[in-house]
Amino acid sequence: MMSFLIYKFTLATSIFGITLFVAAYSTYAERKVAAFLQDRIGPDRAGPFGIFQPLADGLKFIMKEEFIPVVSNKFLFIAGPCIAMMTALMAGVIIPWGGTILYNGNEYSLQIADLNIGILYVFGVVSIGVYGIMIGGWASNNKFSLLGAIRASAQMISYEIAMGLSIIALIIMTNTLSLHEIAVQQAGGSGGEWNFWNVVYQPVGFLIFLICAFAECNRTPFDLPECETELVGGYHTEYSSMKLGFYLFAEYINMFISSAVISTLYFGGYNFPFMNELGLSHNTITILGTLIFFGKITFFIFFFMWIRWTIPRFRYDQLMNLGWKILIPLSIINIFITGLLIIIFKH
Amino acid sequence: MSLMERMYLPAILGGIVITIKHLFKRKATVRYPETKRSISDIWRGLHVLKRDDKGAERCTACGLCAVVCPAEAITMESAERKKGEENLYREEKYAATYEINMLRCIFCGLCEEACPKEAIFLTDRILPTDFTRNSFIFGKDKLVEPVDERVDVTKRQTAAVLEFKEHKRLSHNK
Repeated sequence: MMSFLIYKFTLATSIFGITLFVAAYSTYAERKVAAFLQDRIGPDRAGPFGIFQPLADGLKFIMKEEFIPVVSNKFLFIAGPCIAMMTALMAGVIIPWGGTILYNGNEYSLQIADLNIGILYVFGVVSIGVYGIMIGGWASNNKFSLLGAIRASAQMISYEIAMGLSIIALIIMTNTLSLHEIAVQQAGGSGGEWNFWNVVYQPVGFLIFLICAFAECNRTPFDLPECETELVGGYHTEYSSMKLGFYLFAEYINMFISSAVISTLYFGGYNFPFMNELGLSHNTITILGTLIFFGKITFFIFFFMWIRWTIPRFRYDQLMNLGWKILIPLSIINIFITGLLIIIFKH
Repeated sequence: MSLMERMYLPAILGGIVITIKHLFKRKATVRYPETKRSISDIWRGLHVLKRDDKGAERCTACGLCAVVCPAEAITMESAERKKGEENLYREEKYAATYEINMLRCIFCGLCEEACPKEAIFLTDRILPTDFTRNSFIFGKDKLVEPVDERVDVTKRQTAAVLEFKEHKRLSHNK
């Protein structure tokens, strides 16, 4: 019992640390990628190649003056960024970060909690994330904040539907809601039998999920909640110091988690081709798989940034049109076709 | 638009190919304090008040530079050279104070052209930045070149520039 607690505690703490580390360095990567895509070199003053930039930014956020508007609802004003941060971190719990590690004859899974309703949990947590933004915007008692918050929540709620529908097609195929089992099903080249990544079977579903993930994370081209010309800073107009930092940080954690979810659902998670033919020991394959999983995540984080500097943002009516009139019907059609093909080929 | 065009995906794909190409392009940034941008041979930078070979100031406070200055950035006060100051000032009259307001100066170089004593020159040095307005009013302490640290102004005096000055002097003598 004690060893179980220690194992879970260590795993949870290290994943918490890794999540924060990756999110911090995403801010650095964002600036570097942005610079490189625009033929600049980006931050390079803090340490070699500017690698201490996140520390400097964090320090700046903490040292800045904290300002809470008098007219705001103080409790909710503080609760907003807390909820945003907490829900962003909570989703990391059910992601299978790797296979199992054999140690002293015991098998330790590199997943904090293997819920059999893993995907539903992700969606639940993501839905709560809307509250962080909505409460923050409303509690500021500022029209810009409120409008930005309404925009953000309307957008996130709209795209959650298409996201959920695109996942249903995947669930029909995999017959499970558990992220661990979905990852295992995509294990490559086991026993002479090929298991392709889900993206091969669900290209349309993947595309819809990807687009919705962009919208859920409030990333370009769906970054309408922030808009200097119309809304000042959007829902975080009144926020300053580390509370603003939490909101911005939560966005990067969301990006990291959604990259992890995309990799798990559609790109084989911690599996890689020929993993069983290499003849390596169980633990080596697990560690290698985890590294490859992080490689996939890194690629998707880069993809998020890459898109940001490629596509201009949507207008709000275009955003709603895309969500309601295109993505939702498309995902429903996708469900029908998937079901039809399964009936034809599996029977 | 055709269905393919209305999907926008091929266009987006084309877009991300263009942006990824920029990732590997040569960067346009110049890391300023470490590497400096190359400047033209006749770059007009920070002024210098030259001394002659013996170390005496050349300026005679005639005021031509102040008259010609379109930005009215130059002010000066003249004084008469006393006995025993021959090693300090070349002419019998010299500038007791000489100030250029660097925030007004437009670096046109007319002062250099107007100077009959070849005392003021624009150099290839860059005006340093500062925080207060007063610190941009450069007096003689900053403008006159130190005796042991002469400022080289020959680089700017190309053949074309010298010839231009020559003609002007001749036309002035007519």
